[in-house]
Amino acid sequence: MRIAIASGKGGTGKTTVAVNLACYLRNLGREVTLVDCDVEEPNCHYFLSPEWDFQQAHNVPVPSIDQDACRGESCLLCVRECRYNALIWMVNHVMTFPELCHGCGLCSFLCPEGAISEITRETGIMRGGKARGIDIYSGSLNIKEAMAPPLINQLKSLAPRSGTVILDAPPGTSCPAVATVHDADYVILVAEPTPFGLHDFKLSVDVLKQMELPFGLVINRDGMGDNSLLDYAKQEGIPVLARLPHSREAARSYSTGKILIEDLPDFIEQYEQMVNTIYSRQKA
Amino acid sequence: MKVGISSTGKTFQDQLDPRFGRAAGFIIFDLDSGQSEYLDNQGNQQASKGAGIHSAQNVVQAGANAVITGHIGPKAFAALDSGGVKVFQSEVKSVQEVIDDFRQGNLTQAHNPDKPGHWQG
Repeated sequence: MRIAIASGKGGTGKTTVAVNLACYLRNLGREVTLVDCDVEEPNCHYFLSPEWDFQQAHNVPVPSIDQDACRGESCLLCVRECRYNALIWMVNHVMTFPELCHGCGLCSFLCPEGAISEITRETGIMRGGKARGIDIYSGSLNIKEAMAPPLINQLKSLAPRSGTVILDAPPGTSCPAVATVHDADYVILVAEPTPFGLHDFKLSVDVLKQMELPFGLVINRDGMGDNSLLDYAKQEGIPVLARLPHSREAARSYSTGKILIEDLPDFIEQYEQMVNTIYSRQKA
Repeated sequence: MKVGISSTGKTFQDQLDPRFGRAAGFIIFDLDSGQSEYLDNQGNQQASKGAGIHSAQNVVQAGANAVITGHIGPKAFAALDSGGVKVFQSEVKSVQEVIDDFRQGNLTQAHNPDKPGHWQG
C-alpha cells in the first residue's frame, strides 16, 4: 500500500504526519518505507536521523546532436515534438537546452537519421538508509536546478512494491506534487483550519478528483482558525481521518525534532484512527 | 537587413514590449524595403518554460538579423548569440521611435543577458 502525504499549502504538517505515521505503522510490526519526495527541501531525516548507507547521483539523459547527420530545417521533428521546449532551430543548427530537458528520450527516438544520442547530466542525489527499523529514501535536487519530477520518479522506484510505502510530497499542486501522488493507493491531505488552509486545500481536492485518487483530510493544529475547513469537508463528503490538536507542547516537541507519538503519547490515538479509516476503506 | 522588435501590438505606434521571451509579439521590420510583418507571440507568453528560446527561434526564422528589446534572459541571449544575431536594448517607447533610434545608431548592443530567467518585469 502506497500512502502519499500531500497539501496545497506549505508548512501544514506533511512531514510531521509522514514521519509519525511511519513510526506508528512500524510499531505495529509492519514493513515500512518512507520516501521523502520533497527533493527541493527534504526534511524527514531531521526527525529520524537515519544512518545513510546508500548514495547515488541522479542523472537525467539529455540529447546530444550530431549536426552533420541532422536533416536540418526540412525535418525538425525533435524541435516540434519536444513538449518541454528543450530544443530549437537556430539559423543552421539544432540547439539543445539541457536545463529544460526532462530526459524522456522522445527526440532520439524520433530522429530519422539517428543523429541524436543521449548523454547524462547530474541534477541531484539520492540517499537511502534506515532508522527505527524504517527504510528511508531521500533525494536532493542540486542548487539552481528547477526540474524535480525525474528525481522524484527515480527515488520512488527505489521503494519496494510490497509493504507500506509512505510518500512525503512537496507542497502545492504542480508537477512535483503530481509526480509524487499519481500512483498512490491513498492520499492524505494535511490542512490547517484557516482561510488560507481552506483555499489551498480546495486546490488539492480539485487536482486529486481529476486524478481520481482516493483521499482524506487530516486537520492539523485543530482548534486554531475557524470551522470553514471542517464544514467544507463535510459538505463535500471528504472523510476526516484525524484532527491533530493545536498545542504548544506539540510545537515545542516538533521544533526540537522529536517524534510526537513518542514524546506526546496522546497523539497515538489520532494515528490509530487515521490508519483504521484508511485501511477499512481499502478493504471495503 | 531585418530587425525584430518586441512589441505590445501590431503597429509602429504600439510600444516596445520590455520583455523578450514573453513579449506580446514581434514586429519584423526590413530596414531596406521598409516592409514589416507581425509575429504573434501569445503562445510563448503562456508557455510554462522555454518562452525565451522559442521567441528567439521564431524571430530568427522570420528573417531577423538583429533584435531590439528591453530585457533578455540568459537562454534567449545564448540562442541568439549562437545564431549570430545581435541584440540591442531600448527604453520603452513607440516602435517607430525605436526604429528611428536604431537607424541613427542610438541603441546599445547587449553583450550579455541582463536579466535572470523567468523575469516578470
